[in-house]
Amino acid sequence: MREGFRQAMAWLHTWAGLVFGWLLFAIFLTGTLSYFKDEISHWAQPEIPVRVVDAQASLAQAQTYLEANAGNSPRWFISLPDAREPALSVMWQDPNKRGRGAFTRHTLDPQTGQRVEARDSRGGDFFYRFHYELQMGYPWGRWLSSLAALVMLVTLVTGIITHKKIFKEFFTFRPGKGSRSWLDGHNAIGVLVLPFHLMITYSSLVIFMTMLMPASINSRYDGDTQAFFSEIYPGNQRLAAAGQPAPLVNLAVLYDRALQQWPDGRIGRVSVQLPGDANAQVQFSRHNGDTVSRDPGAAITFAGTTGAVLELPRDSAAPMVVAGTFYGLHMGLFAGPVLRWLYFFCGLGSTLLIGTGLVMWLGKRQLKHARSGVRPFELRLVDVLNVAGMAGLVLAIAGFMWANRLLPATYPERAGLEVDSFFLVWLLSIVHAAVRSGSKAWVEQLSLAAIALAGLPLLSLLTTDHGLPVSIAAGDWVLAGVDFSALGCGLVLAWVVVKIRRRAALAALPAMRAARPVMPNEVH
Amino acid sequence: MRSRIGEVSTSYRWAVASRVVAAVFGGYVLAALASVCIAWLLPMARGEAVVSAMMLSFLVYLVAVLWCFASHSASRAWVGLAIPGLVLAALAGLLHWQHLP
Repeated sequence: MREGFRQAMAWLHTWAGLVFGWLLFAIFLTGTLSYFKDEISHWAQPEIPVRVVDAQASLAQAQTYLEANAGNSPRWFISLPDAREPALSVMWQDPNKRGRGAFTRHTLDPQTGQRVEARDSRGGDFFYRFHYELQMGYPWGRWLSSLAALVMLVTLVTGIITHKKIFKEFFTFRPGKGSRSWLDGHNAIGVLVLPFHLMITYSSLVIFMTMLMPASINSRYDGDTQAFFSEIYPGNQRLAAAGQPAPLVNLAVLYDRALQQWPDGRIGRVSVQLPGDANAQVQFSRHNGDTVSRDPGAAITFAGTTGAVLELPRDSAAPMVVAGTFYGLHMGLFAGPVLRWLYFFCGLGSTLLIGTGLVMWLGKRQLKHARSGVRPFELRLVDVLNVAGMAGLVLAIAGFMWANRLLPATYPERAGLEVDSFFLVWLLSIVHAAVRSGSKAWVEQLSLAAIALAGLPLLSLLTTDHGLPVSIAAGDWVLAGVDFSALGCGLVLAWVVVKIRRRAALAALPAMRAARPVMPNEVH
Repeated sequence: MRSRIGEVSTSYRWAVASRVVAAVFGGYVLAALASVCIAWLLPMARGEAVVSAMMLSFLVYLVAVLWCFASHSASRAWVGLAIPGLVLAALAGLLHWQHLP
C-alpha cells in the first residue's frame, strides 16, 4: 500500500517533470539571469553614463522634463536612480489612451535631465519578461508560466516523497558511474537547494495570486475587484480631476519630507496623479530593495498643490507581510552583491535539477533500447528537445548578446531584431539537433555557445568603445562584471564539452557498457 | 501505474487523461472553493482574509493534484474531488449569500 503510493508519486514526478521540463528549464535559466537584470541592461546599453547618484537632484530633473513633455498626462511615474540602476526613468500615461499601451517610458540622464540616446535594447528586461510572459500576449504567458510553476511544485513534492532516504542519499555521490552519478547529482542538487526550490516556486504563485485565484476577491467584495486593490494598496485610488489648473509643488522639497519617514532608507518611486490640476496627489514609495518584504503600505501621499500630508505610511497586517515577503524573496531586490550571487547560483541549481532530470529520463530509456537495437520515435524527440531546450537556449542567449554588440547602435528597431536573433538561434538549434545525433549535437551546440560566450569581451572591445580595458579603467565594475561573467560561463561550458566528449568516447567501447552493473533499486 | 512505452492499453491512456483533467481543472475548482470559504471564515479584515485565502489555496491545489494520481483509479480520483468539492461549494454559497445585503 505505502509502496504503491510511492510508485504513483514517482510516476507523477517522472512524467510531469518530462512534459514541463523544457519549459521549466527555460523559465528557470532566464529567471536566474534576471537576478542580474539591471547589470545586463547596463551592459546592453553601455552608452548610459554611470553617474554619482543624487536622487533628489534627479527628481527635480524629472519634474522639469515631465512638465515640458507630459504636462497634460493624468499620471506620472518616476523611478529614481540607485546604485544598481543608475538611470533615471520616467513614465507617463497618454490622456487619450487606455490600458497597457497608454504608457510611454523615457530614460533620462540623472545629471542633465536630458533624454539618454542609448542603443535601442531591452537588455536584461528581455530575459526578465520572457521568464514569466514567455513572449506570449497578456495574460496567456503568465498563466502558462504559473501552470509550469504548479507542476514544478508538484514535481518537488513528489520528488521528496519518492526519495524516502533523501538525506541519507544526499551523502552518497558516486562520480564516474554513468546514470547512477546523474541520479546522485540530481538528488544532491535537489536536497542542497531544496529550500530555494520550494520558496522560488511557491512564491511565483503568490506573486500572481490575484490573477490566478480571484474567486475569494469576487466573493468577499461582491465582484468589485477595484475595491480590494484600493484597500490593500494605498494610492491606487483613481482621483477625479477638479478641472482647475494649479501648479504642482516642487517635488524635490517633498522628497526631504518623505525621506524623514525612513531615515536610513531610500525613495524608490514617485508617482503623481493629475499633475497641474487642483486635485493633484504625489506619492513617495520606499525603495523595494530596502526591506526583504515588499510593503505596499510603505508610502506617503501629499497633496500636489499644497504639499500637505494626506496619508502616512501604514503598518501592514501579518498576511500582507507574509505575501510581501514571498514577493521580496522571489525578486531578491534586497540582496547585496554576495547574496545576489548566491541567488544566482541557487537559480542555476534549480536549472540543473531540471536539466539532470531530463537527461536521466532519456538515459535510462536509451539504455533499455540499446540492447534491443530499436530506437522509438519518442526517444528521438526527447533527445532533440533536450539538446535544443538546454544547449540551444544557452546558444540563443549568447545569440541575443552577440546581436546586441553586432547590430549598429543607431539602427532603428534594433531591440526587436535582438529578440528575433534570440528566437532564430533557438529555432536553428532545433533544426541542428534534429539532423545530428544526440551526443554530437550536444557537443557542437555547447562548443559554439562556449566560444560565443567566452568571445563576448573581445566582441565588446571590437564593436564598442566600452571594452574591458575602458570599463576597468573607468571603474565600471558592472560592465566589466558582465563581460567577465560571460567569459566565465564560456569556460565552464568548454569544460562540460570536454567531459561529454570523454564520456562519449568511453561509451563507444562496447566492453565498458557490458561492465556496467545494474542497480536494482533505481527509482524513476 | 505502469509507465513502459508501447505496453499500455487505450483504456489506460484514457484513465491517465482523466486523472490529468481531474488534477488540473478539478483541483483548481476545489482550490478556488476552499479559498472562498477560508476568506469568509478567517477572523480578520476582509482584505487580509482574502490574501491569506489566496496563498493557502495553492496548497489545497497541490494536495488535490497529488490525490488525483495517488488514488487507485481515475473514478476514485474524481469522487475524492467531488465530495469535498460539494461540501465546500455548499459552504461557500451559504457564506456568500448570507453576507449579501
